[in-house]
Amino acid sequence: MDFTFTEDQLAFKEAISRFLMTEAPPEMLRDIWETEDGRSPELRRKIAEQGLMALSVPEEQGGLGMDDIAWSLLTQELGYYAIPDSMADTAYVAAGLLRALPDGTTGREDMLTRVADGSIRIAISHSINPLVADVHLADKIIVEHQGAIHLVSREQAGYERNESIDSSRRLSKISVTPTADSQIAAADTGAAIWEQTLNRGALAVAGQSLGLAQRMLDLSVDYAVQRKQFGKPIGSFQAVKHKLADVVSGIEFAKPTLYRAAYALANNDARADLYVSHAKLASCEAAWVAARHGIQVHGAMGYTWEADLQMFMKRAWALNASWGTRDFHRQRIADDILADDAQIGPRYTFGE
Amino acid sequence: MQLKFNDKQNAFRQEVRAWLAENVPAEPLQSYDTREGFEEHREWEGKLYESRLSMVMWPEHLGGRGCDLIEWLIFEEEYYAAGAPMRVNQNGQLLLGPTLMEFGTEAQKRHFLPRIASSQDMWAQGWSEPDAGSDMAAIRSRATREGNELVINGQKTWSTRAIFADWVFGLFRTDPDSKRHHGLSYLMVPLDAPGVTIRPIKALNGKEAFAEVFFDDVRVPVTNCIGDMGQGWAVAMATAGFERGLLLRSPARFQQTAKRLVALYRQYARDYGDHNGLRDTVIESWMGAEAYAQAAYHTVGLIEKGASIGAESSINKIIWSELDLKMHEAAMEMLGAYGELRAGAPEAVDGGSWLEGFLFAQAGPIYAGTNEIQRNIIAERMLGLPRV
Repeated sequence: MDFTFTEDQLAFKEAISRFLMTEAPPEMLRDIWETEDGRSPELRRKIAEQGLMALSVPEEQGGLGMDDIAWSLLTQELGYYAIPDSMADTAYVAAGLLRALPDGTTGREDMLTRVADGSIRIAISHSINPLVADVHLADKIIVEHQGAIHLVSREQAGYERNESIDSSRRLSKISVTPTADSQIAAADTGAAIWEQTLNRGALAVAGQSLGLAQRMLDLSVDYAVQRKQFGKPIGSFQAVKHKLADVVSGIEFAKPTLYRAAYALANNDARADLYVSHAKLASCEAAWVAARHGIQVHGAMGYTWEADLQMFMKRAWALNASWGTRDFHRQRIADDILADDAQIGPRYTFGE
Repeated sequence: MQLKFNDKQNAFRQEVRAWLAENVPAEPLQSYDTREGFEEHREWEGKLYESRLSMVMWPEHLGGRGCDLIEWLIFEEEYYAAGAPMRVNQNGQLLLGPTLMEFGTEAQKRHFLPRIASSQDMWAQGWSEPDAGSDMAAIRSRATREGNELVINGQKTWSTRAIFADWVFGLFRTDPDSKRHHGLSYLMVPLDAPGVTIRPIKALNGKEAFAEVFFDDVRVPVTNCIGDMGQGWAVAMATAGFERGLLLRSPARFQQTAKRLVALYRQYARDYGDHNGLRDTVIESWMGAEAYAQAAYHTVGLIEKGASIGAESSINKIIWSELDLKMHEAAMEMLGAYGELRAGAPEAVDGGSWLEGFLFAQAGPIYAGTNEIQRNIIAERMLGLPRV
């Protein structure tokens, strides 16, 4: 029993943080926001050069073969720096799905190789998300249709762009007519893969939300120390302190649930749904509270376009319902813990 | 990261489980806030001690098993899952014990620690005073040195179960010219010493759950001081985190309450249907308890690797106390008109235990440092916000 990270894992997180701190400062994100596509090919190229696109790809396809636990660390950094790119959709969620497909499935090995070298962008259309991120740039779209897995190109899919309040999210409504030709796995294989894919999508949101929460906390602390009223920093007032202390509690008690869920996914735990939904709810709640208290601590500045807080706040709001609403995830928890033979109570933290 | 228990841990779990199945009283003991119940709980502690289960983390020569923190969590899980009695001597076992281990003389350790482990001595706390609550550094009770003795005068309050206990430990001002947290000493005082008067205070549940303790020229030997004279604040602070943190209220306790709440909810939903969203409160309760358990394993893992926890324990204190309140509020709502019925009332549900828990939960955000103080600690020590 060891619920901690290795030195290597922590060094990995630290290295990513340093890389993104340099490559994606808020000023640059604002520039990317203004572009038509909302994406920086330059940033994506650098991310690929760092090997981050290759994390989940098996070694046979030129990847690093890392698991969900590594992603629980990386996604927090993506959130902390509000990276305006759906790279986790391609490199984590889609790569996981491709990996789970039987060897020799149409396009599987080729796409995995291209994920690893950074030359492909894959969008994922799952019925849980009415809109799909980054279709406008996608080389391939993986589509869920009644449990089956379909693969189409952007040209084959009609899409209409829909603007999000988070300028880092570029969403489209797509219309795809699934055919026998587009199907790469039938529902009997596909259903279980989709379940795992949904969990990875939700976990990626959870990790990013926690990173966003931490960033909003840091920005708010900086502001509360520097902003003076009544001759004192506002951070010296208890009303402000207590709000920020609650943000800390939310983050610190969501983190272990994220790691627990990542471990469950990496080890094919039968209760992965339960743990992922817990992590998703706790992490999104932490981000929600960080945004709510963050804007209050920032005062009127928090309501401006100028203060950086908005970039992280809007992303937290936008991601909240992505890969499952609160209601969806609560229902999954209810299905487990309210069942007749539910394994709950002090003996079951890590299964008996 | 490796979330499986090893053979030794599993064997320990099985042993504890078997022992508890054999020994936990079929009928719940009387409340430890009564004289009879207090002695019943002392007897239970003695039984635990005989099987070296009262303080599993303590070394073997003190009646423990030298368990690490993971094994301690396992013990706690089994303990609460078995519905075993509340621990009556936590002041001695979790607060004074570790303090003695860190700061006590060999003679103090030899004398007091085994008696704490067996609950032969039951301990009350003497921190708060009428004018020193959250502001503990305002302590005025004083102890004046006369030869090899200290003469104590003053008053302590909110001393839990002091009318039943044998000893009290706490901070006293030994330097009359000192201010705030300087010049305090950490003393141990027998409650049957001449000059000690104990006046019970009835708690919300109508029982004499705590007391005022008056000291009128009470004499104790200077050897009853732990650590150096005048260094009491540092001695008390070194172990204060134990109380706020994990040890006092382990996650298992709340996981068990969450489990009972789930059962109560299922019954409620069957009988009345859930029309007002209580399901979500139940789900959040389970989430809160589970997150605390996971956080505990994470923290314990870090401690085993050599990390030390400081202000982080304030987060635990806020989380468990507010979770406990939330769960009992939800239970009261589900019990509806039956919620107000006291233990013994013929129509009371679950023997009135939810009401008893609801009352006790009200105290959670107050004792062991109010949650306002905890939030200050988090903001100042973890976030570096200015004190001013």
